[in-house]
This record gives sequence, structure tokens and C-alpha cells, in this order.
Amino acid sequence: MRSLVPILAVVAAIVALWYAACIPMNIKGVLTDAERSGVVVSPEGAAARRDANAWRLAVSNRHVWQMSFEQDRPRLPAPHQVAIELWETTVEKKITSKRSLVFHAWVTLSATLLGFGIGTAMGILLAIGIVHNRAMDMSVMPWAIASQTIPILAIAPMIIVVLNSVGLQGLVPKSIISAYLSFFPVVVGMVAGLRSPDAMQLDLMKTYSAHSSEVFWKLRLPASMPYLFTSLKVGIAASLVGAIVGELPTGAVAGLGARMLSGSYYGQMIQIWSALFAAAIVAALLVAVISALQRATLLRMGFGR
Amino acid sequence: MTAVLGALAFWAAAWALNVRLARSGTAAARFAVPALFGVTILVVWEGLVRGLNVPQVILPAPTDISVRFAAETRILWADFVQTFVKGALTGYAIGCSAAFCVALLVDRFDVLRRGLLPIGSFMAALPIVGTAPILVMWFGFDWQSKAAVVVVMVFFPVLVNTVQGLASATSMQKDLMRTYSAGYWQTLTKLRLTAAMPFVFNGLKIATTLALIGAIVAEFFGSPTLGMGFRISTSVGQLALDMVWAEITVAALAGSAFYGLVALTERRITFWHPSQRRS
Repeated sequence: MRSLVPILAVVAAIVALWYAACIPMNIKGVLTDAERSGVVVSPEGAAARRDANAWRLAVSNRHVWQMSFEQDRPRLPAPHQVAIELWETTVEKKITSKRSLVFHAWVTLSATLLGFGIGTAMGILLAIGIVHNRAMDMSVMPWAIASQTIPILAIAPMIIVVLNSVGLQGLVPKSIISAYLSFFPVVVGMVAGLRSPDAMQLDLMKTYSAHSSEVFWKLRLPASMPYLFTSLKVGIAASLVGAIVGELPTGAVAGLGARMLSGSYYGQMIQIWSALFAAAIVAALLVAVISALQRATLLRMGFGR
Repeated sequence: MTAVLGALAFWAAAWALNVRLARSGTAAARFAVPALFGVTILVVWEGLVRGLNVPQVILPAPTDISVRFAAETRILWADFVQTFVKGALTGYAIGCSAAFCVALLVDRFDVLRRGLLPIGSFMAALPIVGTAPILVMWFGFDWQSKAAVVVVMVFFPVLVNTVQGLASATSMQKDLMRTYSAGYWQTLTKLRLTAAMPFVFNGLKIATTLALIGAIVAEFFGSPTLGMGFRISTSVGQLALDMVWAEITVAALAGSAFYGLVALTERRITFWHPSQRRS
């Protein structure tokens, strides 16, 4: 409760700033529209205003401010315009419609989840290999860490096109990018987690003459859970980014990334903003689901107290 | 077929050697093993592509890529300057310094910490790349819009890490500063900023990768006929995959060098931290 008030205050400040920013950002388009509909504006003619300072234009034309918040194609849509667009494209459209954001979000989400599943499974398997095989640890780990410094998203368009030429289309190429992005956080976190039991605990297992598979199932795997969930949260956010970027080069067919791209082709800022907010909501939901799973699992295992 | 068999034989031999090297556990093996593994990947890649006659438009061989790299250094350099030096580095500098200043403010005022920090860490998990089309529309197609995307992308990780770092000085250390009757600024510069440095550098290191990703992805939404992202997307369209891979090599080298530079600076500045001690 104590932290809710400051958070709400900051959110309110951001919204207020956003509304204020709409005025100078949209002023040129507003003045053009206003002049067309017969309102007197201070420097007349679009050519005279083109190189003028947006703030000065805003101050000298205070009577048209109202219009900054209700333009059809603003440079910066007002918050309520984005909210209305989100409402109309999620609740009021049928979810099978191509114009429904739920439809597009589902396209992106399914690629994200498939990729996240593949990436997590591969990551856990590789981590198990690394922990149990010293040669694998020494040869793969430095490359896994070095590959973090490489902008992997840059090869997204190539993966899409190459897989397309082999005949793979739609869900699979996007989820491969997602898998690739969620793979490394899981490997790094899982290796740390599987190594987290200390020497005393490992020695205890040895005195029980436990086989290495028993050490794995009874000690290493349970001990790695906190690490696993932390990296899963990073991984699922990365998966979503991968799926969105993976939609860009296919030429704006379906998905949140495609909505952003087509919005940027046709100058539909409201559409871009609503897709961006939809992506943010999906990301928040995914992270929240993982957090809930984490809390439930760790509580049952006795970590949470 | 011989190329495939040769590649597989090389793989087996290198792996056997790696297993022996790893068992020896000498200091040299720590470098030799990953290096040999890298070479193995290249050799197997080359052998499989040559041996199975994989078409150029699906996967070019490493030798083709290096030939293309050597032939196109001028274009690659121009793209590198446009995307990395102008877009990514400018945005990185602006974004990180802005985040650092905001972090100082957040740390000073408790209301901001409780209000801004949860939002900041929430934003750090969001797909911020999505702001690229908006920023490209506002700032035009040239490098300014790429720098803007980079600023937005690096801001939140650096902010969250710096605030966390500023809170990392223990109460014992702060009490010591108080017994010296040190003021806010003295405590800040002499104790808390120093103690924050490992966290700050953690954020800065995360931001190096994000900066390059942001600059490249922003170019997918519109760019002058120059830049790494532009070259990647147009070369993919022309099915000139060796050029794409050459560009990826540049990106990988630039990303690793940038990261290495930040890590080196970290080692110089936080030499006192346990994680930097040479064993």
C-alpha cells in the first residue's frame, strides 16, 4: 500500500507529461487542419510553418490546443486515443477478425510460447551436459557467454528468409528466433543453479553412495530451481522480443510486430502505439505467470520462508 | 562425401583432444579448449556445406564469407560507422549518462525510489524494441532516430542497476562515514559511488548488447541506404547471404570488442572487488 501511492503519482505524472507533449508534437498537423476548416492561425500557410519552432507555434496558437488530442493521424496520439483504439480492437472486434489485436497477439504469443518451450528444454539439456562433462564445460561455456555480446536479433531476417526457402513458414521460423533468445539465459542460469549445492551437500550424497543420476535428481535439480525461475523470467521476455522482431521481415502479415510494421508503413501512429501497449501487456502477463509459478513452486519446496 | 567424412573425423579428433586437454587442467588449456572448439565448428560447417552441396542461398561456407568480407571492406566500414559509431555509441553515451543522473535523483528522494523504480524495472522487461517505428517516424531515417532507440533501450537496465548499486553500501560503512561527519556529497563520492561501481558496470555491460541490437533493429523500420541493419535486410532480399554473414561478423566483432572494452574498464576501476581478483 505504501508503495502504491508513489507509483500512481509517477504514472499520473507520465500521463500528464504525455498530454502536454501532444501539443507541440502535433501542432503542425493541427494548424494545417485548422486552417483548412477556416480557423485563423498565426503564421498563415503550411510553408511558413514548416521550419518554425513547434513550441513557439504552440504558444501563439493556444485556441487550437484542443484539436491536438483528437487528430486522426497524430504524430503523438493522446493516451485516451490509444486506450480507445486498444478497447475497440480487443473487445469490440471478433477475435477471428484480422483487425483484432487479440488475434495478432495470439499469433505472436503462440510463436513466443513454442520458442520459449524449445529454448528452455534445449537450455536445460545443455546445462546438464555442461555440469556433467568437463570438456563440454570448458569448450561450450566461453562461447555461450561470448555469444551474449553478439546482436542475435540482427540475424532474425536471415533465419526467416532461409527457412522460408526450405519451405518452413509461419510459426516455426519465428519460434526458432524466440528459442535462440531464451536459450542462453536458461543455460547460464541453469549451470549456476546445478552447481549451487556446496561441497558439504555433495559429500553427504557421496557418503550415501549416491549415483550421479541420483545426485542430479535429488540434490542438483531441486537446488537449481530458484536460478531456473530467475532466468525463465529473463528468457520469456527475450522470447517475446524475438517473436516480434521475427515478424518484421515477413512483410507484415500477422502478429504484433507486423502491426507495428504496417503502422509505420502507413503512418498510423495510433496503431503502432496500441500494438506496443498490447506487447507490453502480453510481456507483463507472461512474466507474472512465471512469477506466480516461481512463488508456488518455491513455497512448496520450502525456499520461500 | 569426403569433405563430410573429413569434417566428422576432424570433429572426433578435436573432441578427443579437448577431453584430454580439459583433464590436464593447465592454464593454457583454459584458452586452448574453447579456441579448438571454435575452430571445430568452422571446419565442420565448411565440410558439411562443401560436402553436401548446400546452396549458397541457404548457408554459405565460412571461406565464402571471408572472401566476401575481404572484398567489401569499404562498404562494411561505412555501414559500421553509420550504425555503430553514429547510432549505437551516441545513443549509448546519452542513455547511460541520463540513466546515471536519474539514478542519483531516485536515490536522493525516497518518493521517487518508491514510485519510479517499480516502473523502471517493469519497463526493463518490456519489448522496448517496439518503440523503434515510433522513434524512426519522429527523428527521421538517419542515425538520430537509431540513437534515440538506443537511448530508450539502455536507459532502464542502467537505471535499475545503478539504483541497486547506490543502495549496496552497508549500514556499517555508512555509519563510519557519519562518524567522520561526512556530508551527503562526501559520502556519495567517497563511499557509495565506489561501492555502486560493480552494479553500474553490470548495467553498462548489459547495455552494450542492447545498444547494438537497438541500432540494427531500428534500421529495419527505415534508414538511409547505409547501415548494418539496412544492409542485412536488403542483402537478404537479394539472397546475397554471404554479405549478410559478413555483416553479422562485423556485428559480432563490434559487439564483442565493445563488451570487452567495458569489461576492461570495469577491471581497472573495480580492481578491489572480489570478483576481479586473480586467482
